[in-house]
Amino acid sequence: MSLDKPYLDIPGTTVFDADLARKGYHLNSFCMSLMKADNRTRFKANERAYLDEWQMTQEQKQAVLARDFNRMIELGGNIYFLAKIFATDGKSFQYAAASMTGMSQEAYAKMMLDGGRSPKDNGACKAPETK
Amino acid sequence: MAKITAGIACSHVPAIGAAMDLGKTAEPYWVPLFKGFERSRQWMAQNTPDVVFLIYNDHATAFSLDMIPTFAIGCADEFKPADEGWGPRPVPVVKGHPELASHITQSVIQSDFDLTIVNRMDVDHGLTVPLSLMFGQPSAWPCKVIPFAVNVVQYPPPSGNRCYQLGSAIRRAIASFDANLKVQIWGTGGMSHQLQGPRAGLINKDFDTQFLDKLVSDPEALTRIPHVQYIREAGSEGIELVMWLIMRGALDAQVREVHRFYHVPASNTAVGHMILENTR
Repeated sequence: MSLDKPYLDIPGTTVFDADLARKGYHLNSFCMSLMKADNRTRFKANERAYLDEWQMTQEQKQAVLARDFNRMIELGGNIYFLAKIFATDGKSFQYAAASMTGMSQEAYAKMMLDGGRSPKDNGACKAPETK
Repeated sequence: MAKITAGIACSHVPAIGAAMDLGKTAEPYWVPLFKGFERSRQWMAQNTPDVVFLIYNDHATAFSLDMIPTFAIGCADEFKPADEGWGPRPVPVVKGHPELASHITQSVIQSDFDLTIVNRMDVDHGLTVPLSLMFGQPSAWPCKVIPFAVNVVQYPPPSGNRCYQLGSAIRRAIASFDANLKVQIWGTGGMSHQLQGPRAGLINKDFDTQFLDKLVSDPEALTRIPHVQYIREAGSEGIELVMWLIMRGALDAQVREVHRFYHVPASNTAVGHMILENTR
């Protein structure tokens, strides 16, 4: 019997559930390794070689190299782990959030100052409308 | 006997900690936020507890995907501010209260809540940002702190009802500790926010306002909110609000609302804050 996942229809949103956590274990473990300064240095020196030390899929490695956070999430990345990547890049949470919405950081920051995204607004995504 | 005197709800946005650590609190972006906590610090100066029981979540800092405890209680003598990837926050080491923490652990497990016991752990912004907001920048925190970490990273977190019932068990445990201590219980995280995906930046002021209202007057109604409703209406990270229900469950049925503050935005998040006093 499969698990009930009543959250799958929520637009523009991926819930980091048990299936994704299993899929993303090595991707997130790689992210966690960036908590150590030595590892950050080695990663920055040769990203591809560092990624090859981890049991990640080619798709996961490509998504990291491309800094495609939506794709990383789809492949089992969790935002709190992915934060180690953009912290290593010297980028803020707001930068990363903006990049996932397809907005410029300026436009995103203005949207937040204006009160944030309305719960009725699906953002850039094409997912079905919620009830 | 130990006594719970008050509960505090408080968001724990990392950018707030960074603003304080980097001396940016007088910048126009941050002024309204810190103004909302002036009253809190005045109140705190008059009502400093002996111990804070601080409910928060770890953000892939102390816990990776290697081990994911649903409820973890810190029983150590002290907890160091964690290096979250850009060096530890320049804030004091958090001093624990191992005797009370161990007492709560034994009592709560015997009340059917199976806690994970942690004797060594660094604490991240989830715990230190609320301390900074409530106490400012002292050279040492003015009280002991018992960290209580809740998993909200891998779905599912514990249910709102489970959290509320746990709060009630924590209250009974604290009330049976044989020392004359004033204890505050803090629930942190929230309010509405979403940090990921094309819907990042979601804020739902109506949801948050109702949550704050009901937290005072009808918390049991909040315990019936299913996870999917938090995610849908308050954003994927808005689900952190279940932690506030542990705090509320540890207070009396009737509480006095001393202070309320709500502000959008801090970085990507709606900041909510409330001080609730037990009246008996």
